[in-house]
Amino acid sequence: MIGLGHYLTVAAILFAIGMAGIFLNRKNIIVILMSIELMLLAVNINLVAFSQFWGDLTGQVFAFMVLTVAAAEAAVGLAILVSYFRNRGDIAVEDANLMKN
Amino acid sequence: MIATIAFYIFACAAIASGFMVVASKNPVHSVLFLISAFVAAAGLFVLMGAEYLAMLLVVVYVGAVAVLFLFVVMMLDVDFVELKQGFLQYLPIAATIAAIVVIELVFVVAVWVFPENAELAQPVSTVGQIGAGENAPSNIEALGLVLYTDYVHFFQIAGIILLVAMIGAIVLTFREREGIKKQNVADQTARTREEGVEITSVKTGQGI
Repeated sequence: MIGLGHYLTVAAILFAIGMAGIFLNRKNIIVILMSIELMLLAVNINLVAFSQFWGDLTGQVFAFMVLTVAAAEAAVGLAILVSYFRNRGDIAVEDANLMKN
Repeated sequence: MIATIAFYIFACAAIASGFMVVASKNPVHSVLFLISAFVAAAGLFVLMGAEYLAMLLVVVYVGAVAVLFLFVVMMLDVDFVELKQGFLQYLPIAATIAAIVVIELVFVVAVWVFPENAELAQPVSTVGQIGAGENAPSNIEALGLVLYTDYVHFFQIAGIILLVAMIGAIVLTFREREGIKKQNVADQTARTREEGVEITSVKTGQGI
């Protein structure tokens, strides 16, 4: 029978994949944003699994909040990306040092 | 039995898709695999009994966020092959850190002593009470009962967050363009009959 541990393991693996993705694609900010979405998804799986395990809906309400913030983060992040691309002509994050100079 | 098989199918699909999001060369493929990962996770949510969040995940993520990613990836004219450089250079450290995190998290799960009934409690009702049995409310009903009462402030804060994000995204990407013909509503409504209409008496057969 599938128990809580199975879901937590899936979430752990997804979270680690998302984290590795940030390391691997550190030049490509679009894939970094997608990796962050994967990590948030893993967190949501954990929240829902614990919520069902304890029979308490608070976890699902919190997962709802995480979904909201993730959607807002994606929208604002991509908007920043588009305006950065308009100003610079490319999206190489290592050249993003305008505020240093 | 069928739930076990479904769990393994959805779990493998989610992990494989997540891996391909990170590993695929083309960002468009990454976005498509991200959609696949979200759909598989929605399947896992259904298996856990959280139907409302599963539906929300499909509608909000697959329908909105992933399509937004797809639009941006296809709209930006970027040389993605160049951005892929350094992938192999960072592979050892990324794999090491990912392995350490997975092992740590799995250890946390493995050494944890579960209460005697380690299976997921099926339908859940309101806060703090386990609503097992025949007349337990469905997931959506139970969530609605707490979301609009106990957590109404969180619900409204979520709305404000989305509003601020919407305004922020519009402000960030807005640009004033030159040489575009626009409708000026104020000018249109400020026109009077005197400046808009001219009455001339035209003689027959001559024109103006």
